[in-house]
Amino acid sequence: MLGGLAIILACQLLGEVLVRLTGVPVPGPVVGMVLFFGWLLWRRPREDGSTVRAAGTLVHYLPIMFLPSTVGFIVYGPQIASQWVPAVVGSVVSWLLTFLLVGWLAMLLRPGRRGRGASEEAAA
Amino acid sequence: MRFAETWEWVSTSPLFALTLTVGIYWAADKLWERSGRNPLLTPLLVAAGVIGAVLVLLGIDYTVYADGAGVLTFLLGPATVALALPLYRQASHVKEAALMVLGVVVVGSVFSILAGYWLTVWLGGSEELALSMAPKSSTTPIAMALAESLGGWAPVAVLFVMIAGLAGAVFGPWILTAARITDPRARGLAMGVASHGIGTSRAFQEGETQGAFSGLAMGLTGLCISLVIPLLVP
Repeated sequence: MLGGLAIILACQLLGEVLVRLTGVPVPGPVVGMVLFFGWLLWRRPREDGSTVRAAGTLVHYLPIMFLPSTVGFIVYGPQIASQWVPAVVGSVVSWLLTFLLVGWLAMLLRPGRRGRGASEEAAA
Repeated sequence: MRFAETWEWVSTSPLFALTLTVGIYWAADKLWERSGRNPLLTPLLVAAGVIGAVLVLLGIDYTVYADGAGVLTFLLGPATVALALPLYRQASHVKEAALMVLGVVVVGSVFSILAGYWLTVWLGGSEELALSMAPKSSTTPIAMALAESLGGWAPVAVLFVMIAGLAGAVFGPWILTAARITDPRARGLAMGVASHGIGTSRAFQEGETQGAFSGLAMGLTGLCISLVIPLLVP
């Protein structure tokens, strides 16, 4: 577990350093994800090994990490109360349109749409 | 008994913030399981409501709580890096679906920025509100940085990021089924592009394929939005 955690933290650190050195407008953890992906392809770790366990645990507990920021609605919600119509309708409607557009476009672009599509749809 | 001093320590202690956060999330998760995973009882939504109410009732400042529970927020970074694991496990499927993934990420990112910005302006929202709305499909730290650099309000951007995420976690799977989006890869991509990390954690509950594609879409969307947003909003 600790070895895996060290590798993940190092990937993020390297990502953050690269972003700052080059000035590219990309978040450090996203660069870290690309680096960690490369590391996994290179090392091919075992399923019961330290790296897989550390990464699996972090992914499993992802929702609770969003909790402190989500609670921020109690402070920032009232601040934009006078503009609640554009805030609520704008965010929900633009989310819904994006969500459906991506889902339908993905169905159109998916590989093997004719051949395998039918059996997959039956399974779903 | 030194009640006042003790309360002063408790209310500002990270230990209290963490106990509250972990304990209430655990209880919300149990409630969700008991309800047969009712989407309206999504643990993140219920737990945020309860914690918000507790803070207001006890008169604890949100910034004090957020600092105390900061270690959880910090872990978002390493957890984002760890999303490479499901991606690696699905590498062969992802390769085969490269065109689908890149196509929807680029189209979805651009559409999400333009729809968020212009809909807000059209509904009478201020310029700052619209700029805080524009990056909402990217995940929290990215959206905050982008809103700030565009001239929006970073904390309000977080609010919109949370609305986009929670809408996906609560209603996403149901909407996808109603819209006949049945392919597990397409379901994951919709969750990842429109609802980032919160959508991704919900997608994992549906399956490993959905989760992996959602995690990939989330990473690429964050990247794509950071690159194109300065070109798209005035």
